[in-house]
Amino acid sequence: MWDYLKLAVLGLLTLLAAIAANFARDFVYQVHAVIVMLVAGGVFLRALRHTDEPKRPVSNEYMDDVIRAGVIATAFWGVVGFLAGTFIAFQLAFPVLNFEWAQGYANFGRLRPLHTSAVIFAFGGNALLCTSFYIVQRTSAVRLWGGNAAWFVFWGYQLFIVLAATGYLLGGTQGKEYAEPEWYVDLWLTIVWVVYLAVFLGTIIKRKEPHIYVANWFLLSFIVTVAMLHVVNNLSVPVSIWGSRSVQLFAGVQDAMTQWWYGHNAVGFFLTAGFLGMMYYFVPKQAERPVYSYKLSIIHFWALIFLYIWAGPHHLHYTALPDWASTLGMVFSVVLWMPSWGGMINGLMTLSGAWDKLRTDPILRMMVISIGFYGMSTFEGPMMSIRAVNSLSHYTDWTIGHVHSGALGWNGMITFGALYFLTPRLWNRERLYSLSLVNWHFWLATIGIVLYAAAMWVTGIMEGLMWREVDPQGFLVWSFADTVAAKFPMYIVRGLGGVLYLLGAIIMCYNLWMTVRSAPERATAMAPAE
Amino acid sequence: MSAEEHKDIETTGHEWDGIQEYNNPLPRWWLWTFYITIIWGIGYTIAYPAWPLIERATPGLAGFSTRQNVADDIAAARAANAEVEAQLAGADLASLAPGSPVYDYAVNAGAALFMTNCSQCHGAGADGAPGYPNLLDDAWLWGGDIEAIAYSVRHGIRNDQDPDARWSEMPAFGEMLSEAEIGAVTQYVLSLSGNADDAGLAQTGATLFADNCAACHGENGEGNRDIGAPNLNDAIWLYGGDADSVTETITASRFGVMPPWGERLGDAGVNALAVYVHQKGGGE
Repeated sequence: MWDYLKLAVLGLLTLLAAIAANFARDFVYQVHAVIVMLVAGGVFLRALRHTDEPKRPVSNEYMDDVIRAGVIATAFWGVVGFLAGTFIAFQLAFPVLNFEWAQGYANFGRLRPLHTSAVIFAFGGNALLCTSFYIVQRTSAVRLWGGNAAWFVFWGYQLFIVLAATGYLLGGTQGKEYAEPEWYVDLWLTIVWVVYLAVFLGTIIKRKEPHIYVANWFLLSFIVTVAMLHVVNNLSVPVSIWGSRSVQLFAGVQDAMTQWWYGHNAVGFFLTAGFLGMMYYFVPKQAERPVYSYKLSIIHFWALIFLYIWAGPHHLHYTALPDWASTLGMVFSVVLWMPSWGGMINGLMTLSGAWDKLRTDPILRMMVISIGFYGMSTFEGPMMSIRAVNSLSHYTDWTIGHVHSGALGWNGMITFGALYFLTPRLWNRERLYSLSLVNWHFWLATIGIVLYAAAMWVTGIMEGLMWREVDPQGFLVWSFADTVAAKFPMYIVRGLGGVLYLLGAIIMCYNLWMTVRSAPERATAMAPAE
Repeated sequence: MSAEEHKDIETTGHEWDGIQEYNNPLPRWWLWTFYITIIWGIGYTIAYPAWPLIERATPGLAGFSTRQNVADDIAAARAANAEVEAQLAGADLASLAPGSPVYDYAVNAGAALFMTNCSQCHGAGADGAPGYPNLLDDAWLWGGDIEAIAYSVRHGIRNDQDPDARWSEMPAFGEMLSEAEIGAVTQYVLSLSGNADDAGLAQTGATLFADNCAACHGENGEGNRDIGAPNLNDAIWLYGGDADSVTETITASRFGVMPPWGERLGDAGVNALAVYVHQKGGGE
């Protein structure tokens, strides 16, 4: 019965997508309709071939296939995102790289959202999906809830990524930073996300452990809050159901405020809470030490999720936003400093008594430096949210540097650590192919981040000072073009930092690939779920 | 902290996939810093506009307002320069003496205005770009004395916004002359500055030039500033001086537009820009 229902839905979807492609009012929509038609049609055929096959008995083992796929997707999208980032860094240094023949597809304006979404949502998102599925099963001691729903989440999310990415290149966006995809892509992501929430929550509910592990608090808060942020910020009315354009529900400063409430909490719940969940599992596992303080984890969890949601207005200092909202955004950001650092303390102090492992274990070193960058960014952030500091830093490259010390340092490094941890376990290998390659990756990435962040601090503060410099009669000393010209050398340094980081990630992919292919198998099979 | 120090600390007794948790207390410095930021936050929201009420938000005891601050800063800057600004607005540009306070002020003000409003087209150094005249050299399309420069800035060129804008329009000869004829005129135009590739063709072009172009550009291509017709016998080219560019200009014509700045910048601003551009080196 279920099989026939599935076939009917897929067939209907294929047909609707074909109709949509036919009636499409713009090119982006048409391309997307064709993609959806092909995907739905393909799944339809696959389902047809398997209809009425005898069902495999429901397994009680951990569901690791989907996590393996997630590991591969994370590594793949990581390299794509880093490559796009490195290329656009050089586009800024050498505008000639905005090739004439690629105008409207691969110029900076089109590639920039491709880069940000590729690293945040494709790389970071896949990392969160696969690690959360891994963590919630292990720490609940049960198989994922919902059967193949986890596969739906995985492939549904990849479809979202492809629709978003093609939308950027073809210009089908609603122009909201980090929320660029148009209305129908947003609807699709909402469906996928709700299923994700159901799978995660279902697994926690049927857990065999008496308590819920701290990593799962963070992961659950990430999933729930991102759902709320996504829905509210994307409230819009499509111009036509056959077209990609839509009109935002909010206008003016309300729209800006909603956007940065969303934007800042994408950082707060996607890139902070979600990745803290990752940290709370992989650091104690890799260090083989208990978590430092249960009390601290409770207090900093609740403080973090309560405070973060109010910090968004600091993105809109000195704009049309009323002063009171700007004050509150700043105050909540500053008070957020210690709750953020609670995670850093708990991560670092977990290594008490195991610091010597840093000498021999480059994976642990990667995790520790990621916590270090986390601590640095979560100090820098509150500082930059202070109005007086923000009047210098806002709109400059300092912001870009801040974001990247967080993204490359914290999110990137903890994800690399998790991938190195997961690959031998998921593919049943005794160890990684090469620890010395991990070491190379560690140093290339670290030096890359330092070059990147240092270059952006220098240009950011320099251009901030140049923008505001006035002569005794009150006239501006520099033109905007002067500040752009002055940044040129640092733009090259930034690009080189990106090259090193990318190189490290490629080495990681090689290492993981060789681990799967040629590392010796683990002696005993993976333990089944208890 | 070494492992030794943990000996008397117990774990919570929970275990997940081999992970345990110590029951360490909150670090004191962490807790106190957290408290201090909260107390600071409360104090700050009392001092500054913060809490939204039904009608309006609490204004804060410190009387802080970003809009008021900006207005004050602008008012202070205006007041400081008011006198010299008024003198500049009413100045007779031609008789303004270099070195006088008004003149020096005009140069500074003009530089700032130029960087904000003009450098996008004319370049940060005023050296122009293809289609946007170089303002440093001696070649002027509409006149290079200070009054003429001020007029160009105030009313702009070939724009729809200002009825007094400088206006002229070269016909697109692609519709009147054959390709061969345009090629010949191109060679003649290039020959005026001694750059023709084909002397014979240039000879042919001479008549065509006299019939079609000389009315505006002059018999010897010396140009006419009254109608913004460029001098063609120097080595200075607005849209490029190679044969292809000149052919393109003759065939399709050009239509460079400059917006009027009088409304936006006021008399003082226009005069400041005129003084600034005039003293760049090419002023007459």
